[in-house]
Amino acid sequence: MTPDEVRHIALLARIGMTDEEVARFQGDLSSILDHIRVLEAIDTAGVPPTANGADLLNVTASDEARPSHDRDAVLRNAPAIEEGLFRVRAVLE
Amino acid sequence: MTDSNDPARSIAAAARALRDGDVTSEQLTRAVLQRVVELDDRVRAFVTVTEAEALAAAAAADARIAAGDARPLTGVPLALKDVITTQGIRTTCGSKMLERYEPVDDAFVTRKLKDAGAVVVGKTNMDEFAMGSSTEHSAFFPTHNPWDLECVPGGSSGGSAATVAAGMVPFSLGSDTGGSIRQPAAFCGVVGMKPTYGRVSRYGLVAFASSLDQIGPFAHSVEDAATVLQAVAGHDPRDSTSADRSVPEFSSELDRGVEGMRIAAPREFFADAERMEPEVAEAVEAAIVVLEEQGAVVDRDTSLPLAKAALPVYYIIAPSEASANLARYDGVKYGYAYRDGRSMWEDMEKTRQHGFGDEVKRRIMLGTYALSSGYYDAYYLQAQKVRTLIRRELSELFSRYQLILSPTAPSVAFKIGEVSDPYEMYLNDIFTLPASIAGLPAISQPCGFGHDGMPVGLQLVADSWDEVTLFRGAAAYERATDWHTRAPAL
Repeated sequence: MTPDEVRHIALLARIGMTDEEVARFQGDLSSILDHIRVLEAIDTAGVPPTANGADLLNVTASDEARPSHDRDAVLRNAPAIEEGLFRVRAVLE
Repeated sequence: MTDSNDPARSIAAAARALRDGDVTSEQLTRAVLQRVVELDDRVRAFVTVTEAEALAAAAAADARIAAGDARPLTGVPLALKDVITTQGIRTTCGSKMLERYEPVDDAFVTRKLKDAGAVVVGKTNMDEFAMGSSTEHSAFFPTHNPWDLECVPGGSSGGSAATVAAGMVPFSLGSDTGGSIRQPAAFCGVVGMKPTYGRVSRYGLVAFASSLDQIGPFAHSVEDAATVLQAVAGHDPRDSTSADRSVPEFSSELDRGVEGMRIAAPREFFADAERMEPEVAEAVEAAIVVLEEQGAVVDRDTSLPLAKAALPVYYIIAPSEASANLARYDGVKYGYAYRDGRSMWEDMEKTRQHGFGDEVKRRIMLGTYALSSGYYDAYYLQAQKVRTLIRRELSELFSRYQLILSPTAPSVAFKIGEVSDPYEMYLNDIFTLPASIAGLPAISQPCGFGHDGMPVGLQLVADSWDEVTLFRGAAAYERATDWHTRAPAL
């Protein structure tokens, strides 16, 4: 992984990073990926992927209205609220 | 050695003493809180102690017992890993991100335990967002192993393991994604159990890797672990991955023994295993002999060729799921928020830069990379296909054997600060990961001591939904040995 790749991934993940952190994560992630690369050698032709360990198919819930959590209780954890809503900064400025 | 009639170390003994009127829940709970005061400045198992709520719950339990309405856990104190939500009680996940987060709802398991009359005394320390194998990645402080305070308790459920090992509470709950219950149970010399994926609802378990996460108990005995699982298992419509199937009586075959039981001890977990400490191998070899003496047929000549692939599969799948799950920490709805940036994007990036620790960032980055354009097929899809192959190998083995046996971890607990390389830390999980990837139930129980007197764990794995056989095998081993009665001097 190059420093630019680390910056690109950090941007996708929306994690701010100093140059020192970019260098550190470049080393850590490159080393981990080297170990993970052994999977390439395993023949998986014709093998279907497994998404979970429980053999679950689609699970649907009945389409019925039911009470949700109390709005004020939910908002108590919010960093900023206004008129019963989450307050956020402008996305487009 | 401990007394199996000590209500601080046995759910069964506590329930008996409560029922017989020898002790009240309030007395038990006050004794627990006293032990926490005496010991926890050294062990540091707890992030939050809920004294007032615990004493209120104990009073309610005493009234219930007096009314003749007691269930097995009524009045019995416990601790919850701080990744399991508690209504109005902060749930930090060991992260600065959630340092002041107070959930609006109890987790399914919290509600089940409260309904059973159990008494929650606090929330335990953990690796941040359950990512780690030592509890050193807690954003607050490391937890210390009660057997040697300079050693780690394992992780990520290190606080839940340590508080039981130290005799503070008779049981606790943890969560296991790749070994986070079993490995700390081994390091701390207690019983720790991961149920079949889907056996216990994940509602209110703060998500790390949703296809792997599962809640399970820590206790001093196999019987107690079965009692706790009985209380928290079952279908929950609020978790679509919780199984809509009947829950068996988990303790129904505890006394049956292992006469004629077929157990596989695959080579990959023994002679072929890398970095295995010789004392760990010796303790587990001795455990095999004990099981054979009890009549089990243990086959040492079996193989799981893809066992080694479990680590790379896990370190693609779990971080990928984590990168999606942890996208919710954006400084808008709850949790830490940076608000002094020049733009919304800068606020979000700084929120995540300052709110997450390095291990969490590594995993989010790894997962984001594995899912990103151009790498998805090579990493994520390939890992999911190998996951299928690993499940097939295990399934084939379970067509011939009832249990798979191995060490829980290749080493005993290491010193705090000793392992700094991330990948070296990941190697702690090489024996626990196959069961995680395949969603199988597994248990770790004490089976002796390695170097410097640190506990060794024996892992048993059963086929999907067959916790009854898992507990049966573990109980037979426990009856034949006394490792589970050893306690650290604190």
